[in-house]
Amino acid sequence: MGIVDIFLLEALINGVLLGGVLALLSLGLNLIFGVIDVVWICYAELIMLGMYGMYFLSGVYQAPIVLSAAVCIIGVGLLGVLLHLLVIAPLLGSPPINQLLATGGVLFFLQSAATVLFGVEFKNLGLRLPVLKVSGVFISYARLLAFGAAVIGMVLVYLFLTRTYTGAAIRAIAQDRQIMTLMGVDSRRIYLITSAIGGALAGLAACLLVLQYDVHPFVGLSFGPITFLICVLGGLGNFVGGFIAAFVFAEIISLGGLYFDLEWGYVFAFAFFIVMMFVRPQGLLARRS
Amino acid sequence: MLELKSVRAGYGGFQALFDVSLEVGHGEAVGVIGPNGAGKTTLMRVISGLIRPTSGSIVMEGVDLVATPSHRIVEVGIAHVPEGRRLFPRMSVEDNLRMGGFVPAARPKFRQRLELVYELFPRLRERCRQLAGSMSGGEQQMCAIGRALMSEPKLLLLDEPSAGLAPVIVEQLFELLKRIRAGGLTVLIVEQNVQQVLRVVDRAYLLKAGRIRAAGPAAGLLGSATIREAYLGA
Repeated sequence: MGIVDIFLLEALINGVLLGGVLALLSLGLNLIFGVIDVVWICYAELIMLGMYGMYFLSGVYQAPIVLSAAVCIIGVGLLGVLLHLLVIAPLLGSPPINQLLATGGVLFFLQSAATVLFGVEFKNLGLRLPVLKVSGVFISYARLLAFGAAVIGMVLVYLFLTRTYTGAAIRAIAQDRQIMTLMGVDSRRIYLITSAIGGALAGLAACLLVLQYDVHPFVGLSFGPITFLICVLGGLGNFVGGFIAAFVFAEIISLGGLYFDLEWGYVFAFAFFIVMMFVRPQGLLARRS
Repeated sequence: MLELKSVRAGYGGFQALFDVSLEVGHGEAVGVIGPNGAGKTTLMRVISGLIRPTSGSIVMEGVDLVATPSHRIVEVGIAHVPEGRRLFPRMSVEDNLRMGGFVPAARPKFRQRLELVYELFPRLRERCRQLAGSMSGGEQQMCAIGRALMSEPKLLLLDEPSAGLAPVIVEQLFELLKRIRAGGLTVLIVEQNVQQVLRVVDRAYLLKAGRIRAAGPAAGLLGSATIREAYLGA
């Protein structure tokens, strides 16, 4: 295999690995939007808090990493419930712009609060995970781990949505919220469960991202916009569309970064997004209505 | 079985029902007929809890429905087939039926109820994996009725089941309703299709501009002058 081919292969693999994590991020946001019809603009800030949770539990207090991860996932899940109860639920009847502004307010609140509490320094777990070498191709163990865990997380959510009554109700409420009471479904309960799952997914994402990135109060800005754009590209609320869009985005970033500079990957990805908004404004997998 | 007394209801500032009283007995099939905008759909919604009455009482077998949370009314034994069917279009037929049997009491009986619905509507068995939104209007109506039957209701509310269906399909639908009734189910049905519905029900009420204007045995209403007046708007 030529040297270019190996780099290409490496970039493709890294694209897939990144795609898995982006897909996890977009699933959480999509789930919330699809079910509650609200965009958690502050989604990435929940991830930021989760990353701090991991930093303190595992990095500072030296708790076992699996235990820290479990606490972090449950903790951010509870934050999701809290966010719903305190901010979303009172605004459910308000115009969408108010809900957007309110969750946008939460974004800045969390950023500022994190700055006050934790300072602006970049922090990390101090963990150095090995790099695997498989027939000439280098693969980061942290990325592989993140990909694997993201896939497991998504499979669990998929099984929950397709195999349980509550999961069926979550899918159904995204399609017709008014008649759910006729099925005997208490929508408020479904909203709370969905918020908990959305939060828990942010918590899981935090555990995986903290392995690769330093945490600081503004780290959410690195993930928030891209997650939101992926959801829009896939069609907001469309789980499958978001999944595919995540991999498309990740490959553009990864391959763009191979042939040009790393930052160019993002430039191409966002340019692609803008073009797609002209070509397919309803998303990659536009719903037939 | 079901008794409404002086029920008033509406949407926002608009009042759609004025002092509506009606009764449905065990095993009866009762029709509510009336022109467009008479408040028929509102009447169905107020019974199943989709909207709450502003005054009056609704009692089902001794249970005060006005005091029952909307999502618990199906547990009292009322299943509502809403206007326009309102299936979950991107879910399979079987998942739609599963949602109909969502209440805890219905879950252990899922297989048994599913079998019953499939026997009633063999077409649904053939299409059980198909997305509900991709079926024909008649099939969707069967699915909507099947979904309502999954909760093992005592009272079935049908809102305009024939709307938007071809005449042949409507014919089949009313034949099926007779079979459902034969199973001992009580039915309250709202229809624009007066001739057809009066052949299926025992009694009927005429609703016009939010008030009950006439009531009586179906046979008597068929030729009644009040009915003709109501539809001609005289």
